[in-house]
Amino acid sequence: MVEHFPVLVVVLSLLSSITIFIAGWISRKTPCYLSTATLLGQFIASLFILHHVMTIGPIHYRLGGWVPPWGIEYVMDALNAYILVVLLFLGLVCVIYSKRNIEHELPQKVVSFYTIYQLLITGLCGITVTGDIFNMYVFIEITCLSAYALIASRGKIALKASFTYLVLGSIGACFFLLGIGFLYSVTGSLNIHDLSILLPPFYGNKVVRAAFVFFIVGLSIKMALFPLHTWLPDAHAFAPSEISAMLSGIIIEVSTYAFIRVAFSVFTVNFIKLLPVFEILSWIAALAIVIGSVLAIAQSNLKRMLAYSSVANMGYIMLAVGLSMSAARYPWSGLTPASMHILNHALMKGCLFLIAGAFIYKADLWEIKDFKGLGRRMPYTCAAFVVAALSMIGVPPSVGFSSKLYIILASLEAKKFVFVAVLLLSSLLNLIYFWRVIETMYMKREEGTEHAHSSPVLRDEIPLSMLIPILTLSSLCILMGILWLAKIPTPILDRVNLLFGLVGGPG
Amino acid sequence: MTESIYPLLALSCPALGSVLILISGKRPNVREAWTLLASLFQFVIILSMVPAILDGKKIVCFLFTMFPGIDFGFHVDAFGLLFALTASSLWILVSIYSIGYMRALEEHAQTRFYFCFALAILGAMGVSLSGNLATMYIFYEILTVSTYPLVAHEQSSEALFAGRKYLAYLLTGGCFLLGAIALTYSISGTTDFRPGGVLTGAMASPSMFILLFILFIIGFMKAAYFPFHSWLPTAMVAPTPVSALLHAVAVVKAGVFGVVRIVTYIYGVDLMGELGLGILLAFFAGFTMIVASLFAIAQDNLKRRLAYSTISQLSFIVFGVALLSPMGVTGAMIHIPFHGFMKITLFLCAGSILVVSGKKNISEMSGVGRTMPITMLAFTVGVLGMCGVPPIAGFISKWYLGLGAIQSGHFIFLALLLIASLLDVVYFYPIIRTVFFQKIWTHELLPGDQEAPVEVFIQRPPVLEMRRPLYFFMLIPLTITASFSILFCLFPNLFSIYSLAQMAVRDLFRGL
Repeated sequence: MVEHFPVLVVVLSLLSSITIFIAGWISRKTPCYLSTATLLGQFIASLFILHHVMTIGPIHYRLGGWVPPWGIEYVMDALNAYILVVLLFLGLVCVIYSKRNIEHELPQKVVSFYTIYQLLITGLCGITVTGDIFNMYVFIEITCLSAYALIASRGKIALKASFTYLVLGSIGACFFLLGIGFLYSVTGSLNIHDLSILLPPFYGNKVVRAAFVFFIVGLSIKMALFPLHTWLPDAHAFAPSEISAMLSGIIIEVSTYAFIRVAFSVFTVNFIKLLPVFEILSWIAALAIVIGSVLAIAQSNLKRMLAYSSVANMGYIMLAVGLSMSAARYPWSGLTPASMHILNHALMKGCLFLIAGAFIYKADLWEIKDFKGLGRRMPYTCAAFVVAALSMIGVPPSVGFSSKLYIILASLEAKKFVFVAVLLLSSLLNLIYFWRVIETMYMKREEGTEHAHSSPVLRDEIPLSMLIPILTLSSLCILMGILWLAKIPTPILDRVNLLFGLVGGPG
Repeated sequence: MTESIYPLLALSCPALGSVLILISGKRPNVREAWTLLASLFQFVIILSMVPAILDGKKIVCFLFTMFPGIDFGFHVDAFGLLFALTASSLWILVSIYSIGYMRALEEHAQTRFYFCFALAILGAMGVSLSGNLATMYIFYEILTVSTYPLVAHEQSSEALFAGRKYLAYLLTGGCFLLGAIALTYSISGTTDFRPGGVLTGAMASPSMFILLFILFIIGFMKAAYFPFHSWLPTAMVAPTPVSALLHAVAVVKAGVFGVVRIVTYIYGVDLMGELGLGILLAFFAGFTMIVASLFAIAQDNLKRRLAYSTISQLSFIVFGVALLSPMGVTGAMIHIPFHGFMKITLFLCAGSILVVSGKKNISEMSGVGRTMPITMLAFTVGVLGMCGVPPIAGFISKWYLGLGAIQSGHFIFLALLLIASLLDVVYFYPIIRTVFFQKIWTHELLPGDQEAPVEVFIQRPPVLEMRRPLYFFMLIPLTITASFSILFCLFPNLFSIYSLAQMAVRDLFRGL
């Protein structure tokens, strides 16, 4: 039964997208509910898949019954089962949030919004579950095309942002496709598992090496790794907030997943050892962390600030990936810190973007300096903001703290003291740009009032259907942090390390 | 070793308390009742752990393993309990005091105040009871963040600046600390506090140890030594109960506590001696003791002067530990509670003066001794204690510090100690003189004379401090702390403070 879930997750979403489109003609109220129901179903299915993978073993699903090297295969192992859960969870949270927000922001486009949203989810699920690299390319294109449309949906300046993303994203996709072409010309196969068997004799081949570089560059654009991040700030800032949350929280993370998959499953640990690529990547990532944070400080618009912070956080993930070969000691061995931060960043950044959306929903507030007095007007939303911001800064026991700690320990083991300094510096830079917001929300007095307490404050919270997703994410920021420290979810990540032949697991 | 949930219970008091405070924010009396209840319960729980510890047992509360070799959990030992006792006993008194202070001044955002206060206590309690550096770090950071809203309470631009400075200093320190902890772990494989240290057998070069030590010292910036001190005087814009408990006891003591932990339980006395770090630290602390006192002389604002005095006194503690001798460490350990009680007395008095007479600066305080006799009597007790005059607690700790200096064999340290004590007198005496002995003049405009106000000498100023019943909330706690400051000298073993310090020192110097 569970063996069929990988394909179900993708097909369900695709069908739901078409259903929404048709149902939208009949009633404009249905799309949101349909989308929510689909995502809930997908999320539950993904939990089953994860459970199955952890207890029984990987799932191989052959589409149409064709045998792998010829037919397309969906493979679920610990890594993508985990990513799938994260992605569908955030997707679900965002769709619940979107109901009131989209009715408010895009009243004319409700039907098309949910149609494309489901397509986006389809693409993301597809990238995650597939075991075929060309299929992965197709899903990457589906994801990005729907993302372009969703970003542009607000019109005006968003159109320009979307166009920039379109151009750069297409270039990235081209690189990815070129990489696939090169590999195909050498091996004649597109199946990931098959490739990993066929490739080793060609590891010295220049074409194969060039293919690897193409993959890196293509996916770096998609994941907005510094210095290829230029499309990201505008796209994230001007999209509707739930889409910003998805973009920052999941879409760029799924690109890092694709990178990990290509690097460790198509090419393998043995190939990576031949080249100093990961070394270079970790230095670039360190630069991304510092420069992303510094640029974030310079922003006056909350969503742009968060977008730059995402650039920095992609740096965290890629730094952790870069260190994965040299870190061997449990529990920060291999890909654990990287996979951990994928979830953590999804929680924190998802929460922050949804909150930024809440401010826009209530009072059309974009600029940080206009947030005066919000702490009293929207107490729950602002409290959630404080929690998520503290997480980003890395105050224990939040999720940000656990990622920071794991990456620091991994860099210490690799004897890269510079990275430790970079990470610590980054948390201070985070402090600067997040504290400015917190201070404005709670501490700065509104003009014209002598004493903040003397004026009666009208409480003006966002609707419950928007508040609950925000509060869920922010409480998870703390809860997951404690769970990470208690190492309850780590067995999943240990399984990931075993899968790729990295050292992992206790003892 | 006994497994026990007592440490967890002690921590749950402020944790639960903070939630309840937040819920009953609309009803002030209920809210304050929660604060008082939480503090009382916590004190009783902490006190009930004392006999077991004195029996030589260790109370352990294991929750989960964070990393191999690092457990998240609590491990109560004599020294940790000493700090916990100090903080929890003073929390009760300061809670009572804050009721009087906050209501008399009609402060805004009182719910936020009590909420953050409870969280800060949670942080301090966690720091004192945790059994390894990693756990301690978690609570150390909670303490930092939760005190920010208290420092910036007033929300004026001055307070906001102070808050920003506070966070910038302390979180930067936190970053260094995290780096140092991670480094310690990667060198030694553990961060547990063990008498004798965990780094002794570790494979690392001496220069690495020295670098690590410097990281730790910067990391514990809460201990406010020069040149990392300037957040503390700036943070004095906070309401007085905050200055009293947090900036005289919880926050700064957490820093000093950390330094003591590092020196004695991570490096170990032997390694410190071998590397020559003890002498280095002692000079560093001695420098702070003297320079801070010199700075204190120049302050006119009473709370700022007390802040510099705190900086100086904290370095007495660091100094005592840096001597690496049993007597010195004893002196340092008992100075934590003793200084806590004395300094809190001084701060509470400063707050009362502000509430009752509205005066902040020392130069305006002539005659306060007449209008507020009980308060100023308590203040005098605190001052004499700071100067080390018997029969007040400060004498005992200074006595041990002096013995420690002699025991360490470096007489220059004894000289440093005596100079610093002398300077204590220099900056405290003017306050006493102004308050009690200066004539009271007020400026009054005589009828018909528009130009020059004439100074009028007042013979018998009215006693102000009992005018409102609310003032008793302030008067009683400061009387209690002042009397305890005396009692601690006469009976140093009150609350088993002396025995606990003895226990800890015996563990540390078992080899000697």
